[in-house]
Amino acid sequence: MAEPASGMPQAACQRVLPNPHEENLVNTVRQLDRVVIRFAGDSGDGMQLTGDRFTAETAKLGNDLSTLPNYPAEIRAPAGTLPGVSSFQIHFADTDILTPGDEPEVLVAMNPAALKANLPDLKSGGIIVVNTDEFSKRNLTKVGYDANPLEDDSLEDYQVHPVPLTSLTIGALEEHEVGKKDAARSKNMFALGLISWMYSRPTESTEGYLKKKFASKPEIAGANIAALKAGWNYGETAEAFAVQYEIPPASLAAGTYRNITGNAALAWGIVASGVASDLPVFLGAYPITPASDILHELSKHKRFGVTTVQAEDEIAAVGAALGASWGGALGVTTSSGPGIALKSETISLAVSLELPLLVVDVQRAGPSTGLPTKTEQADLMMAMFGRHGEAPIAVVAPQSPSDCYATMLEATRMALTYRTPVMILSDGYIANGAEPWLLPDMADLPDLRVDFQTTMNAQDADGNDIFLPYQRNPETLARPWAVPGTPGLQHRIGGIEKADGTGDISYDPANHDHMVRTRAAKIAGIDVPDIEVDDASGNAKVLVLGWGSTWGPIGAAVRGLHDRGIDIARAHLRYLNPMPANLGEILGRYDKVVVPEMNLGQLALLLRGNYPGTDVVGYNKVRGLPFTSNELQDALEEVIKNG
Amino acid sequence: MADVKLDAPKLKAKDFKSSQEVRWCPGCGDYAILAAMQSFLPELGLEREKIAFVSGIGCSSRFPYYLNTYGMHSIHGRAPAIATGLATSRDDLSVWVVTGDGDALSIGGNHLIHALRRNVNLKILLFNNRIYGLTKGQYSPTSEPGKLTKSSPMGSVDAPFNPLSLALGAEATFVARTLDSDRAHLQEVLRAAAAHEGSAFVEIYQNCPIFNDNAFETLKNPESRDEALIRLQDGEPIRFGDRVVVQSGYGLEVKNASDVDEKDVVIHKSDVDDPAYAFALSRLSGIELDHTPVGVFRNVKRPTYDEGVRRQVNEAATGVDRKDALDRLLHSGDTWTVL
Repeated sequence: MAEPASGMPQAACQRVLPNPHEENLVNTVRQLDRVVIRFAGDSGDGMQLTGDRFTAETAKLGNDLSTLPNYPAEIRAPAGTLPGVSSFQIHFADTDILTPGDEPEVLVAMNPAALKANLPDLKSGGIIVVNTDEFSKRNLTKVGYDANPLEDDSLEDYQVHPVPLTSLTIGALEEHEVGKKDAARSKNMFALGLISWMYSRPTESTEGYLKKKFASKPEIAGANIAALKAGWNYGETAEAFAVQYEIPPASLAAGTYRNITGNAALAWGIVASGVASDLPVFLGAYPITPASDILHELSKHKRFGVTTVQAEDEIAAVGAALGASWGGALGVTTSSGPGIALKSETISLAVSLELPLLVVDVQRAGPSTGLPTKTEQADLMMAMFGRHGEAPIAVVAPQSPSDCYATMLEATRMALTYRTPVMILSDGYIANGAEPWLLPDMADLPDLRVDFQTTMNAQDADGNDIFLPYQRNPETLARPWAVPGTPGLQHRIGGIEKADGTGDISYDPANHDHMVRTRAAKIAGIDVPDIEVDDASGNAKVLVLGWGSTWGPIGAAVRGLHDRGIDIARAHLRYLNPMPANLGEILGRYDKVVVPEMNLGQLALLLRGNYPGTDVVGYNKVRGLPFTSNELQDALEEVIKNG
Repeated sequence: MADVKLDAPKLKAKDFKSSQEVRWCPGCGDYAILAAMQSFLPELGLEREKIAFVSGIGCSSRFPYYLNTYGMHSIHGRAPAIATGLATSRDDLSVWVVTGDGDALSIGGNHLIHALRRNVNLKILLFNNRIYGLTKGQYSPTSEPGKLTKSSPMGSVDAPFNPLSLALGAEATFVARTLDSDRAHLQEVLRAAAAHEGSAFVEIYQNCPIFNDNAFETLKNPESRDEALIRLQDGEPIRFGDRVVVQSGYGLEVKNASDVDEKDVVIHKSDVDDPAYAFALSRLSGIELDHTPVGVFRNVKRPTYDEGVRRQVNEAATGVDRKDALDRLLHSGDTWTVL
């Protein structure tokens, strides 16, 4: 079933406003097909945890879901201020969905700053659950409210539930052996309990989680669980909440699912790559937002033969990975834009050495520090060309959080088969967003084992067996991988141009020209699958072509157009270098190709250069946030109707 | 580092020569170091394939091309980082880094100090000629203040590094100095470095006949060397010419032997745990080389980084069926099944 263009519940399950005059209040259960909820509070209020737990509860129920965490770069911005607001949005439904939702229908606001920062996004008529305890004169002034918005008519377009969350939580925890401060800190669990009741989510898994998380502080675990239950009970008994909602499970493909973020899926894809190739994995990394979680995750998986080195800097991180690759490991480095810039010289060396190397760029808004916790797709040109000399590498991009797993395996296949660096372009949206993932069957794990060179591979003029480190596989143009320790194959490699075949230093002009062209031909010849087009009616004149994390918003927009009977074709690029062999033919079928990107037109520029004659129309925004499906739908419709 | 194999076939110096034509300037100190290395390597008792040389950029960094071992001529300053990856992932190799004063102390300073503090099992040979040779004669981070070069026509105003002081500040576990022209001493130091478990840092004073000729002449000329060169010997009093080294304030100083009671002469011990002693030794000579100790300044034991990393991985990975473990990892935590 298609995702409705509107973020609101369908007519059949309209929300019923509580009637304050109703005598015998009986909780009504209403069915919804989808909801978008945003939890917002101060960065110290635990909103990410609250959202994560609600997500886990929702996943358990079998809804399809998509999440969008949004938090400030500062670890603790000044309390109660607008820059300190942290939020977590979840979209869940009884159908398959593609995005975390354009506009929330429910806003949980833990303080005035959270209300003020998030209200403009809230759907008209939406629900606001607000912590009234924080609406003091001082807190209101801090964010520029002249009057208390809970007391004037500024929120009359919304259904406001004023709840003294802090004092109710403290009251509920009177019997517990925790101080007032610790009790107040549990208010996020009270809010979670209340929202869990409203949307009929079970809380057992969160109780289990809290017991485990605070195993060494049982009194804190107990207080949090009590707050969670108090929140649930408050929903059930308070007269203000007359309606409870249910969102039935989605009918997804059969199989076992789990919820996964992009960074976790990427880390597990690296683990799987080691298993599939039967190689030890060696990660060199330096902490950087939003890539650090990959380092954290891989550091936990040493049992897979994964070595993680937290290097002294980005350059050392990629250097150590390359050194390990030389020694026969699967060398990986993970970073974000500023770090990738620092690694550029070493990636060029890897191009010259023709060794496998996986380089993960979790893109964030730049240039420079930019908006380090916000998403962007502006590193495509750096991935393609951001090196010195002619230094082509393979480039791939996952399209959703769970897709990171399969994309890593593909990147590994390319790196090992063609002995080349491969850049994996994730971004902050994919990295921190989560979605249900149909777990792959181990029987489908590809066989990525490699043949190291162990014997001589040529003869000299006198008929003696010799080893030529740059003698190429005629099909792949890959050179032999003869690792140190292999008897008889001692050889020297380096950044100076090498004679093809022998690998000896060569300053010969013709050889350099030959080597530059050969390295380019090797990358251009990488085997990548054809791109598929979704052109259901066959009548579309316009193709929308995206790459990376825009997959969800573009897909939702295209569904909306199709539902309204508007023809549009759709394709999504996973392989950015080389591009699929059939791409030119596909582009040639359409009058116009719309390319939505969270940059100022980088893929569009590549397409115009590679496929001249294609009428490429860019749709570009760099706001640090993913596209909404509504804005894309409008933009696509505009091109279809008006050219 | 790979264990020495006593029953290995005895290789000769010529077995370690590669087919490549050596292309340093005539008279370059690098020739002497290369010859000393080639004749020393058989002593390791290792097969050639178990030895890897990694270099950065600069004249010295051409070194790996001329040795019939595995070798990588990498990028400027980064050899210690690349070698860290190799040495950490491969416990069966003997990994050597060849670098210069610009490569190790200027562009690659960060990697050098971090390799040393981690105590990665690398043998780092720093060829110090106090000049940039490959780029044709700019001052380096070890050049003397006031030096006239193409990039300092009015004299360099840079304060130089003392490479040994820097290495000791980074808590290097093995620190030594030797001379390109003294093959016996050079090989003695290489021998001690090779036997050391962990990072071994060896500064080799190396003459650049083109851009900084005779930079170390004070230590080589028979007329001056006895007054300037201090040959450190473990367990022996530190004396040279008619001078001795004694404690002074927080450090050490040189005195005339005739002015000092014999029992006050410092007995050299490279295994003193406190790096302050070796640091004081490194401060005896300034840039002017007036009292220059050579030999092993410091040689202490400390757990090595690569061994520690491998131990954790091996402990965790022993007996694990990776494919089965991957399946369990994917299914860990909250999962649900759709029928």
